[in-house]
Amino acid sequence: MADYIVPGLLLFTGLAALRKKENAYNLMLDGAAEGLKLLFSIVPSLVLLLTAVQMLQASGAADLLGRTLAPVFSLFGIPPETALLVLIRPISGSAALAVGAELMAHYGVDSQVGRTAAVMLGSTETTFYTISVYFGAAGISKTRYTVPAALFADFVGFFMASLTVRWFF
Amino acid sequence: MVMSWIWTGAVAVSVFCALVTGTGAELAASVMAGAQAGVTLAVSIAGSLCLWSGVGRLMEAAGLTGLLSRGLRPLLYRLFPSARADAQLAGHLSANICANFLGLGNAATPMGIRAARAMARENTSTDELCRLIVLNTASIQLLPANVAAVRSALGCRSPFDILPAVWVTSLLSAGLGVCAAWALGRVWGRG
Repeated sequence: MADYIVPGLLLFTGLAALRKKENAYNLMLDGAAEGLKLLFSIVPSLVLLLTAVQMLQASGAADLLGRTLAPVFSLFGIPPETALLVLIRPISGSAALAVGAELMAHYGVDSQVGRTAAVMLGSTETTFYTISVYFGAAGISKTRYTVPAALFADFVGFFMASLTVRWFF
Repeated sequence: MVMSWIWTGAVAVSVFCALVTGTGAELAASVMAGAQAGVTLAVSIAGSLCLWSGVGRLMEAAGLTGLLSRGLRPLLYRLFPSARADAQLAGHLSANICANFLGLGNAATPMGIRAARAMARENTSTDELCRLIVLNTASIQLLPANVAAVRSALGCRSPFDILPAVWVTSLLSAGLGVCAAWALGRVWGRG
């Protein structure tokens, strides 16, 4: 049943577009081209960031960070291996993608750490970037309690990602 | 500027750590391997990412966003009471939330910014604007396409099997985030 969710979604969307007499194929071409442009624009940062991430791993610094933060992380049931991801996630989207992909490759996509990293990536946003874009555009300098509230939401995300992976797998 | 410090800091920590632990050879090898891994990652997720942004565009055109936004109205009015009197604001808000939900980040941001401009008072954030931003930073996504793309590139046989976990996690983080914003709004005062 679960196997048919994604192919079914493709079929459903295509049929829904045809029913509205939309040019489904051309619309998808436009969207795909936009996706390619977006990807192309993040390649330079992926290269720089993965270089830094792999240096942190090869030198043993990432392990050290995980071991140092392990007491705090295990208190909340968050795998300490994800320490770097948790720290970078609110700051930079492509850095988080780089760290997350490394975790999945290193520990295995279907390992607990790999899955937790994937759920963390999928269920949180680049908090500080988002806050600066919105407040910058709206011309606001007094952000009041937005940052603590948003960081709390991130924390719940990291905590729940670890918990749901343990529940569902 | 933040990223310059983070990047240089990461390199500095790596060099220092390698000196202490004697992992210089591994460090040297990781420089080139890491740079190549950046390109490999980009190429390996290119296919799925393109396909899903295509499908996202199609969902928008097929009226799925409109359908979703009608369903979301009751919740929207509860979170943003001033949208009840302002149809244009309500439209921007629901377009922002729906585009986020369908993973159309590029479409979501301009709509959210328009709503944010309408909600701002002088240079101070209102309670509603704080809630809107918390909702946007918590990201409720139906299909996190780039994560699924990375998973399938790494040889995962069912890259979407994390979906239930992602849904539960992001619903709770957005929900509790908004609750926290509401609670903080009561104690914070206007300044």
